[in-house]
Amino acid sequence: MDVEILSRIQFAFTIAFHYIYPPLSIGIGLIMIFMEGQFIRTGNPVYEKMTRFWIKIFALTFGIGVATGIVMEFEFGTNWAVYSRYVGDVFGSALAAEGIFAFALEAGFLGILLFGWNRVSHKVHFFSTIMVTLGAMFSAVWIVVANSWQQTPAGYHVVGEGMQARAEITDFWAMVFNPSSIERLTHVWIGAFLAGAFLVMSIHAYYLLKGRFTELSKKAFTIALFVAAASSLAQLFTGHKSAEVVAEYQPAKLAAMEGHYDSLAVADLFIFGWVDQEKKETKGLKVPGGLSFMLHQDVETPITGLNSFREEDQPGLINFVFQTYHLMVAIGMALIALSLYSLFLHFRKKLFQKRWLLWVFVWSVFLPQIANQVGWYTAEVGRQPWVVYNLLRTSDALSETVTANHVLFSLIMFTIVYILLFSLFIYLLNKKIKHGPEDPELHQHSPRHSGMASTVKSQSHE
Amino acid sequence: MNEILGLDYPTLWFLVVGGVFSGYAILDGFDLGAGALHLFLKKEESRRIALNAIGPVWDGNEVWLVIGGGALFAGFPVVYANMFSAFYIPLMLFLVVLIFRAIGIEVRSKEPGKLWRKGWDVAYSISSILIALLLGIIVGNIILGIPLDENHIFRGSWLDFLNPYSILVGVTTVALFMMHGAIYLTMKTEDRLYAKLTILVKNTTIFFVVSLILVTFYTLIYLPHMTDFIAGHPSVFLLPVIMVLAVANVTRQISRRKYIFAFVSSAVVIASLLMIVALELFPVMIFAPNNPENSITIYNAASSEKSLGIMLRFAAIGVPLVAGYTTFVFYTFRGKVKLDDTSY
Repeated sequence: MDVEILSRIQFAFTIAFHYIYPPLSIGIGLIMIFMEGQFIRTGNPVYEKMTRFWIKIFALTFGIGVATGIVMEFEFGTNWAVYSRYVGDVFGSALAAEGIFAFALEAGFLGILLFGWNRVSHKVHFFSTIMVTLGAMFSAVWIVVANSWQQTPAGYHVVGEGMQARAEITDFWAMVFNPSSIERLTHVWIGAFLAGAFLVMSIHAYYLLKGRFTELSKKAFTIALFVAAASSLAQLFTGHKSAEVVAEYQPAKLAAMEGHYDSLAVADLFIFGWVDQEKKETKGLKVPGGLSFMLHQDVETPITGLNSFREEDQPGLINFVFQTYHLMVAIGMALIALSLYSLFLHFRKKLFQKRWLLWVFVWSVFLPQIANQVGWYTAEVGRQPWVVYNLLRTSDALSETVTANHVLFSLIMFTIVYILLFSLFIYLLNKKIKHGPEDPELHQHSPRHSGMASTVKSQSHE
Repeated sequence: MNEILGLDYPTLWFLVVGGVFSGYAILDGFDLGAGALHLFLKKEESRRIALNAIGPVWDGNEVWLVIGGGALFAGFPVVYANMFSAFYIPLMLFLVVLIFRAIGIEVRSKEPGKLWRKGWDVAYSISSILIALLLGIIVGNIILGIPLDENHIFRGSWLDFLNPYSILVGVTTVALFMMHGAIYLTMKTEDRLYAKLTILVKNTTIFFVVSLILVTFYTLIYLPHMTDFIAGHPSVFLLPVIMVLAVANVTRQISRRKYIFAFVSSAVVIASLLMIVALELFPVMIFAPNNPENSITIYNAASSEKSLGIMLRFAAIGVPLVAGYTTFVFYTFRGKVKLDDTSY
């Protein structure tokens, strides 16, 4: 395999693995704000117990998120040197802003969130929870801005030629608010809320089924259910908006998403299907004229198809883009159905009697995770062959000095380390779930002052 | 060219990047040092206290590296791209040990098993040492310079990074961080652990001073390009003087048992060492010994004035904010470490 394929696989693998965690941090963070807010408002210790349990899970996801996050920042330089020089002037400022405005906020207050419960007042702790969550959300802002600029570049001009050519910023705010930033950012945020909410519901549904922590779990599940219901509906809207932007600015990607070839034809909307790249046709269950209707509110307007693009300007893996996109949409619909039906049962006070539904929730934790992953695959594979849309080709963006063997070495290394990391994550998460929330009263008179007794005591609680 | 206080934008951004990396070395330096010393502490309770001494802050310290990387990418994309791709293998190893260390810290106390804890203690401590070593090796290579072609692209072999001088700088960095970390830990501990650490402080200081003397002579004898600049600018000679005085003060404060002052002094040592390296190369950022004209300077590497201007404004807003909440966190967790139910 050549350097390009290996570097792409390595970047895709490291970022996809990383992306399991930050959405969970954002989503759990948001739900912790509600939990801790309820504790501050009501003083009910059940909310304290709940919050402190979720702080521990949060710590686990956050820890792995940080550890795997620095990798990408380095990979831009190590594997994509031409790209880094080309976009540094524009893209770099978004990354620098992420570091200084988001990460520092997040990491600063994280210490208090994780270790400060006995050190600061509840209000200061609550404030720290909010700051850490905001920090996580801000970091999404900058990273999505940077990625959106790759999709729909704006606020720049190209200076120099050949080796020296690079994009330079002309209008910072035009770069930040490039045509796809807002749509994609909201889509990413809500995807993160869903990831967090479904993890919370999964674990508490499990407790309810096992008859453990029942009162606490009902309350926690309900908080997450409201977040999930609101988010899944909102996701429909941001998803539609994102697709409109893709249609306007990245027609080749849109055509790949729906497997649409003929530019003179009305475009159909597939429920599911299969793209035959050889024969240039797509078969499956479809709504005739559906895509035209979604974009133009009529069933007559033709949509630009893949035939309008030269082979080398099309995303290479059209069926892959089609499948990942349709899987994301299908999961999105399932999440809406699931959360609205449950909300309905909740208002009729029947939710927690439906054991089969609780089992569905136990397993549906994977759905938003899968949707987040495949959504990004659609966005990134659909952007190919460009690393910066219509400006710089992925194949031109590599480092001059790095060889295939180097990348193979690091790829194997990351694969081994990440398998180990993921096993650890699952093992520790499982352990924390089995252990469950602790009673805060056990700790009330406990270890603010050190000494052997308190050490022994706190050890026994781990 | 726009200027502020008589300095052009690339120079100002160079100062920002230098400041951030110095901040990183000072802050992460003590928690890496604490990690490097971890296996010298034998008792379970001592290890937990040492771990919790850095617990609430190590992650925030590491963020300075992320900010530094971003600042380099944004302000000097050519340095970022060409240097990172030149040091591909050492940087990939660096990333992996960084991951191991973070995981070691996070998980070692999550299981009571002896083997589990021992295993993660080793992973945490060895990776802390390797991080310091690799950082030092990279600094060593920056001092030596790397072969660059006329487009500033690296034209050496991937194994070049392993050379005696850089390894010596790497070892010195490990020693420096160990001393810095040992001083930090004495500030955070009491009783028998404290007594043990006071001995470690002395030993690591000796280790550092010996390595520093070796590096200095090596540099003076074999690396003329580093000393030329000082010869031309006698006022810069002040920096090595400050550095030597700071080292002397570290030993003085240690014998007086004033560890807070010793800590400040060792921070000054770290900052002045980095400043000496930066100033001796300036305005070169990556020196090309094969043909000095191919060197990457702050001018041929810098982003546009527009971009640098925007980011200088970011820094003006962001740095006081970061300083603010960093101080707040350190203040919240001031004093000796107390283990409680939130501890590692």
